[in-house]
Order: sequence, then structure tokens, then C-alpha cells
Amino acid sequence: MAQRIRLLFIAGLAALAFGLVSHTAAAAGQKLRFVFVSHAPDSDSWWNTVKNGIKVAAEQTGVEVEYRNPPNGDLATMARLIEQAAASHPDGIISTIADFNVIGKPLIDAVRRGIPVITVNSGTPEQSEEIGALMHIGQPDYTAGLLAGERAKKDGIHNFVCVNHYITNSASVERCAGFAKGLGIALGSQMIDSGTDPTVVESKVEAYLRANPKTEAVLALGPLSAIPTIAALKAMHMAGHIYFGTFDLSSEIVAGIKDGTVSWAIDQQPYLQGYLPVVFLANYDRYGVIPADKVILTGPGFVTKANVDLVEKYAGTYR
Amino acid sequence: MDESRITGAAPPPRLDERLGRINWAQRLMMRPDSGAGVGVVLLLVFFAFAAAGSGMFAADGIMNWLHVSAELGVVSVPAALLMIAGEFDLSIGSMIGFSGMMAAIPAVYWGWPVWVAILFAFALSVALGWLDGYLVIRTRLPSFIVSLAFLFILRGLSLALSVMLTNQTIISGVNRAAKGDWLAPVFGGQIAQPVFVFLAHAHLIGTYRDGSPLVSGIPMVMIWWVIIAAVAHFVLSSTRFGNYIFAAGGDANAARSLGVPVARVKVILFAATAFCSALLGIAQVMEFGSAAADRGLDMEFEAIIAAVIGGSLLTGGYGSAIGACFGALIFGIAQQGIYFANWNNNWFRVFLGALLLIAVLFNTLIRRRVTGER
Repeated sequence: MAQRIRLLFIAGLAALAFGLVSHTAAAAGQKLRFVFVSHAPDSDSWWNTVKNGIKVAAEQTGVEVEYRNPPNGDLATMARLIEQAAASHPDGIISTIADFNVIGKPLIDAVRRGIPVITVNSGTPEQSEEIGALMHIGQPDYTAGLLAGERAKKDGIHNFVCVNHYITNSASVERCAGFAKGLGIALGSQMIDSGTDPTVVESKVEAYLRANPKTEAVLALGPLSAIPTIAALKAMHMAGHIYFGTFDLSSEIVAGIKDGTVSWAIDQQPYLQGYLPVVFLANYDRYGVIPADKVILTGPGFVTKANVDLVEKYAGTYR
Repeated sequence: MDESRITGAAPPPRLDERLGRINWAQRLMMRPDSGAGVGVVLLLVFFAFAAAGSGMFAADGIMNWLHVSAELGVVSVPAALLMIAGEFDLSIGSMIGFSGMMAAIPAVYWGWPVWVAILFAFALSVALGWLDGYLVIRTRLPSFIVSLAFLFILRGLSLALSVMLTNQTIISGVNRAAKGDWLAPVFGGQIAQPVFVFLAHAHLIGTYRDGSPLVSGIPMVMIWWVIIAAVAHFVLSSTRFGNYIFAAGGDANAARSLGVPVARVKVILFAATAFCSALLGIAQVMEFGSAAADRGLDMEFEAIIAAVIGGSLLTGGYGSAIGACFGALIFGIAQQGIYFANWNNNWFRVFLGALLLIAVLFNTLIRRRVTGER
């Protein structure tokens, strides 16, 4: 009996291996192969829009793009992913700079191998330049926070609470810090480490607002914190009465803008962060052409009640 | 009982199975780690087909998955020892983040020499590991619960302390502080660089365009993995303390009545686990030059999985340090191999889970077959 099970097991393994070999053989050929490495944990649905951008660009340019991420968001794992990507001889690497200290060296090594690299999303143009990347495509987090803070100040806001669902990412903290600077106050204890579990985020926001009833504004850093915050504000009957801004878009956030719960959302056009690097790399590899600009800013743009209709149709897929 | 043995009568002499001769192959297979060893070979063969031509078995590709295995191996070996002694430590992952923070904050913000900061982080971690073990022994609560509490406490402390002391969640600039330090390279450095330069000159491994080798050296964490595994294997198989470990996990009460210092054995193992977790945390900080509060996330589970794949029983009293190394290897090969084989990223955890399940089933199958256990 045990013998038969073992035979079956080995046969299955062999079949699987051969299936994969034929698959990879078919996929090879002359097709360009890029690897896209992000820092986002599996739970972050915002990245679907980036993935859609990648998919459309891959289809249009006829290349193959592998998307990879550390399943739990651990950046040490991300460094290994980049090293692995470089070892597999791709025709280009696209990566976020979640933490320059950790991600910098593997990316520099990839550039030294002669692999073209484009950095996207988080990170600064200076870090991208130091890596030797072809260009950086994204939205500078601190600047975006600062502009949002200045906007809020103009709207008469004096204090705020920052709902941070990814507190171990320095980019997230910079968004809060930029907003505080824009308001002209110091970032102290008004940052909630909310985690990513929606129920926990909701209860933490509720608890904070009960304990600090004088809070004038809420800043969420993305759908993971914004969606539960919308629910919390509705449950506390504060929706529409408290100034509420958020980074990034999702269908829930768009609905929130329409019904007045959300004052504005900062759109960094993630679709472009997936689409553009693939198109640029494909043309760079094929014809050696690439824009001379070292930085392409995809944001910040503000989505408010005035222009939300345009955005609504594609929220969560292309916007 | 066989009649022929009692009467001492003529052939065929069928011996009691306990007295039967076993050949070397069977003896090899009876070891707790043999299943995992076979699993490593099978997995390598599997990926040799599945990831053919992907660079997985070039020098830099091998270094990639070995590095992942080594980092896990450093914590899976002590986790296996602790499991053999009948206890769990779920705070391994949090301890990695915590110890890294405790090394980085003094070095960067308080201006301590890096070697002092490293020793401080080790001392603090071992003390906390000791406390973890002491609480388990004194309260007689399951270590599952006590170390689960430590999982949250340490993760929270890393975050709270770093925000309180530095207003940041990532402490950068450790590499600047560690420049010229004598102790930092022992954890975050590399050795045997000249060997790889030689290999590159001989065109045996790939090079960058400037001629320097793609693999610049062997990361110290791999060396530590070998050292920890060797020490653990020696202790387990050739010392009195090793027997104590098996006895404590097999039946703690019986062991106690035979004079085995069960409490001390367990507390020492908790401290040793904390030490190894700290070693990994510090190695990562020294390699990357920064500490983050979320380093080592989920490592406690990976360490326990690796120990179980390596033949350690969740109930204690049975297992091996070499097996835990095989377990870490299986994990590293499977995890990185999935990427080399170019499978869809969304299916990553499904593949990983299935591979682990197959590995454990296979392991158990072999052990049952060879030991005749049912």
C-alpha cells in the first residue's frame, strides 16, 4: 500500500515537473521578460490597479512581466526577491524603493549586472539616481502630504489624526509628517498604528475620536485605513461633519466623496506606475529609446466632489 | 514469542524482530532526519526540471536560496531543540525585530560603539528569553500561551520604543556607524571573498561587467547556521545535556524523578532560542544597515514548520538538529524555487503550503515504513 502511494506520488511529481518544463519552454523564445517587485503585502488591494497597468502594458508591448511581493510586507524578504530576480537574468527590473537601506544594494547589484532598472512608487528621485536606475516614476510622499496639509490649513483645520495602516514603512510616516508640516504643527501622538485588519482599524479610530473629541480632521493613508475609517465615522454620526482626507482611491472612497464623507482623495494614478515602466523598458530594450526626464511624477492630484464623476467609472481598476 | 527460540530447535531460526540485524540503509532511514534529507534531494531534482535554465543553479542563484535557508536555519535549529524538550517559542519572529532595534537605537541615536550595542542587544534578548522560560516553568502555563504573549509584547515594544526614542519606525544609518567596527562584520559581513574572485577569474562563476564576481563572498549568517547546527547536533547526540533534552520532552515527570533538572534544561533552551533569534536580527541589521520594527514577521511559524519537516515531533521527545537544517533547506528551496520557476505570484502560498504538506507526509511515510511504527 505504502509502496503504491509512493509510486503515485513520484509519478505525480514527475508529471508536474514535465508539465512545467514544457510550459517554461513555450514561454521562453524571444519574448522580453521583466520582473516587477513591490513592497506591498498580499492584503493590499490598492496594488490591483498597478497590476492592471502592468497587464495592459505587457499585452500592448508583447512582453512578459512577473509581479512579485513579500507576502507579509517584510522588506528583508523583498531584498531576497530582488536578488533572486537579478539571478534569473531578466531583461529589466522594476522595483519600489520602500527602504533605501535594504533595497538599495540589491538594486545597485542588478544595475551592475547590466540589467535596466526603473524605480516606481515610494522612494525619492535622489535614491533612484544613486541606484543608477533609468528613472523614477511615482509620487514623492512627503511633498504629497505637505500639499495636502497646506490645503487643509486653507480650509481652516488646526489639528488632525493620521490613521497609519503601514507604520513600519517610512513612506507612510512621511505622508503624516508632511501633512503635519503643511498644517504648521509637530507630528506627535496623533498617529494611530491601525494595522490592516478592518475591524481593528475601525475600533481604533472610534476609540481615538472618543478620547479626543476636539479632533478636526482625519487623514487616512490608503484604502486599507480609509474604508474602515469611513465606517467608523458613519457609526459615530460624524460623517460629513469632520474633515476627512485620504491618500489613494478605491470604489468605497469614491462613494465617500460623492456622499460627502470624504472631503478629498489624493490620486497618485497608480495605473501609470504599472503601465509606464513596462512600456519604457520594452522600448529601451528594443530600440534604446527612453525619455530624458529622470523623474516622472504621477501625483499628487486631488479628487473632490467637483471631478469625482470622471474618476468613478474606473475606480479600483484603472484609477 | 517464537517457539523455535524457546526450544532452541533447528532452522530456520526466526529471531525476535528487536534482535534482527538491520543493514546500514535501514539504519540511515531510521534517523528522524532521513525523510527530510530525501525531501531535499527530491525537491532539488524537481526544481532542476521545473526551473531549468532560470539561473537557480548558477552560483548567484544558489547563494540566493541558501541565504534564505540559512536565515531560517539559524532559528529553526534552536526551535527544534526546544520542541524536542516539549516546549514552543512563538516569540522568535518578534525577537528578531526587537533585537535588531535594540542594536540599532544605541548605535545610531545614543552614539554607542556598535560592538557595545550588539552585546547589549544580545544580553537583553537572552535575558528576555530566560524570563520567557522562567515564566513557563513557574506558572506551569503552556509555553504556547506565554510565548504568544511575548510575541505581541516584543513586536509592540520594537514599535513603541523606536517611535518614542527616535520618532521613526525604521532606524537607518547603522552601516555608517558600523564602519570600522570589529564586531559588526562577524554578523553582517562576508568571508572567503578571494575564493570567489579566483573562481570568477577561472570563469567558473559569472561576473559583473567590471569583472568582479557575481557572488562576492559567503554571508556570515551561513557560517553561523553551520556553527549552530554543529553545536546543536553535538549537544543532542553526544552530551548528557542532550539526553536531558530528550528526557524532558519525552516525559517530564519521569525525567524529574530520575534526577533530570527539567526546569533548568528548558530555561536554558529558551535563552538559547532567544540568543539565536537575536543573532539573526543583528545579522540582518548589519547586512542591510537599518532596523525595522517588522523584521522577522511570521518567522516563528516558519521555524516550527522547518523543525517539523525535519522530523521533530510537536509532542516533544523526538527530533534532530540536522533535520531542522534540512527543513530550513526545503523551505528556502521551495520558496525561492517558486520564483525561479516563474509561477504566478498569487499562488505562492498555495504552492508553498502544498509543498510543505507533501514534504511532511513523505517524511512520515518513510519513518513509519522503516521503524514499523503504526
